[in-house]
Amino acid sequence: MTVALPVTTEQPELSAPPRQLGRWRRLPVHAKVGAVLMGLFVLAAIIGPLVTPYDPSYQNPSPSLSMQPPSAAHLLGTTQSGQDVLSQLLVGIRLTLELALIVGVVATALSVIVGVTAAFLGGFWDEFLSLLSNVFLVIPALPLLIVLLGYLSQRGQTPTILVLSLLGWPWGARLVRAQTMAIRSRDFIAASRETGEKTWRILAFEIIPNQTGLIAASFVNTVLYAIGASVALAFIGVTDLSSWSLGTMLYWAQSQQALQLGAWWWFAPPGLAVALMGTALVLLNTGIDELGNPRLRDAAGAVPGGRRVRPTDPTPVLLAEPPRRSRLGGFLRAFSRSSLLDSDAAAGRPGGSWPGRPGGWRPGRPGDGENGGDLR
Amino acid sequence: MPFILRRLAFYVVAGWVALTANFFIPRAMPGNAVQAIMSKFPNLQPSAYRAIEAMLGVGHPGSLWHQYVSYLDDVAHFNFGTSVSEYPASVSSLLAQTIPWTLALVGTATVIAFAIGTGLGILAAWRHGGWLDRTLPGLMFLQAVPYFFLALILLEVLAVSLHLFPIGQGYSQTVIPGWNWPFISSAIYHSILPAFTIVITSVAGWMLQMRNVMVTTIGEDYVLAGQAKGLPVRRLVVSYAARNAFLPQLQGFGLALGFVVSGALIMEIVFSYPGIGLLLLSAVSSNDYPLMQAIFLVITFAVLLANLIVDLVIVAVDPRTRSREGAR
Repeated sequence: MTVALPVTTEQPELSAPPRQLGRWRRLPVHAKVGAVLMGLFVLAAIIGPLVTPYDPSYQNPSPSLSMQPPSAAHLLGTTQSGQDVLSQLLVGIRLTLELALIVGVVATALSVIVGVTAAFLGGFWDEFLSLLSNVFLVIPALPLLIVLLGYLSQRGQTPTILVLSLLGWPWGARLVRAQTMAIRSRDFIAASRETGEKTWRILAFEIIPNQTGLIAASFVNTVLYAIGASVALAFIGVTDLSSWSLGTMLYWAQSQQALQLGAWWWFAPPGLAVALMGTALVLLNTGIDELGNPRLRDAAGAVPGGRRVRPTDPTPVLLAEPPRRSRLGGFLRAFSRSSLLDSDAAAGRPGGSWPGRPGGWRPGRPGDGENGGDLR
Repeated sequence: MPFILRRLAFYVVAGWVALTANFFIPRAMPGNAVQAIMSKFPNLQPSAYRAIEAMLGVGHPGSLWHQYVSYLDDVAHFNFGTSVSEYPASVSSLLAQTIPWTLALVGTATVIAFAIGTGLGILAAWRHGGWLDRTLPGLMFLQAVPYFFLALILLEVLAVSLHLFPIGQGYSQTVIPGWNWPFISSAIYHSILPAFTIVITSVAGWMLQMRNVMVTTIGEDYVLAGQAKGLPVRRLVVSYAARNAFLPQLQGFGLALGFVVSGALIMEIVFSYPGIGLLLLSAVSSNDYPLMQAIFLVITFAVLLANLIVDLVIVAVDPRTRSREGAR
């Protein structure tokens, strides 16, 4: 779960065994940025509603507080009816993230169930479930969402969550099915079958743990889709407009012409919050992808030792000097535990925490990484 | 079964699922068109219920099966009933007015975005680690921005403040719609900004996908073999790596069409563009259920048809789909 991810990625730096620390360090830089950014949003969602300076719905009757630009009293200004934008934003992040995470959990669970079932049962059920997910994929989701939600007269959060989850599973199911097919023919599955393991046990302890990365990626994707879809639906107006989410904030800002009246402080924060959240999730996801497929890695991998490597060049095998890391990565690493203990880093030597020092544990050394010849 | 026949069968099933869902949704959901009218005119007697039902032709006489058959018959004849909000206009006439706008604008913008994105993806993979590759995080941000947010800001800056483009609408109020040059030029002028917003928001997705597949194909052995033969780099990149990376890209294009159409709906709402998305919004806000459902069906079938076309292109460019045919 992503909620836990920023926590698990921050925590190991303080207490967990070095193995996990190495894992965090081996994450590509942008995945770290994504994780940290997402962690901030989760934090805002958890403590935000507790620290809102005002009631987000409270309409201040005094005309001097209508559409005020940011000030000390209202850090993000006020809306046309004198509501505090910052309070709305904090509550809105909570509601949007809550909805997206619930949809993410439900839809990912559905996709795992469907995908694994299809791959394991095979035959008719496989054909049927694959057909079903392909049909769901090809039918455009937004019009269907609008039609369904247009009918649900009491437009609370629940119908939105239900409908989004119902339409959010097929992509993940396809991926999980393909992966399960690949795993089930492997030797260790045959071995556990030979030893008399029950099918559910093989599924729960052999198949599913072996595609955690894929499931995590599809979870992140689903959350991304849920944020986008729920914000778009709210913007169109087919949602519960009395509660504060990022989408309803944008709806009210747009319907009361915030942009035309020049009230950027009203319109920009919710939009930027959605955009940043989305970017964080995309970064996180490409990071997960790159962990599995080192070829996708960016410049740092392509420029070992400062020499430009054309993609058509043979794979560089030897690495004469420590690879250069990006500045942001170094900045983030500066807060990690090992760098605090590390005299090299304290002395300000670049790449101080790079392995090769005698003694001690060596994280992410080229050649011993899971990715085989990690060049970073 | 040949590839294309299998795909055809799939689209028939998908179309049938959409039709059937469309049939059952109004019967399973609370609220209907008659109630919408009744609540709009509170002075109507409850006895008027049947009369309105008959007027709109939404009553459900006969068994469920009978209803289903007559529903399929209606759809086959493009008879989607009467619009509630634009009464007495028929739903199909409203659709006929709006579909060409959406098709022209969204179709063109999507193809342009796909072409540019694929090209940039090839470049990014070729110069792996180059400057284009480094713009990717920025592009991801652009893609994560809610479409309507970006579109509204562009509309505000480029149209309202700088007067470079018209503010919304499909054509200027001063021209008469028809096949005359003032109208066509006005329509093109009005479509530039909406098309531009679609292109810049969707180009990053195509680029990222093409780049990722391309980075993988470029590392394949046959590319290395080609290089060992001394082939020029351009040929290696274009005819060896890009050509093979293009197939998944094309398949992705078919699957992404649903999302593209969804984005286009919102575009029309932002720009008050007289297409099917704006019609859907007005149908939803006025509880015009027959119109809503017809629009859903039309969009779904358009996406299925576009997918079928993509499949035909795949058959044309991917010999594997044909060799499987030949093997039978």
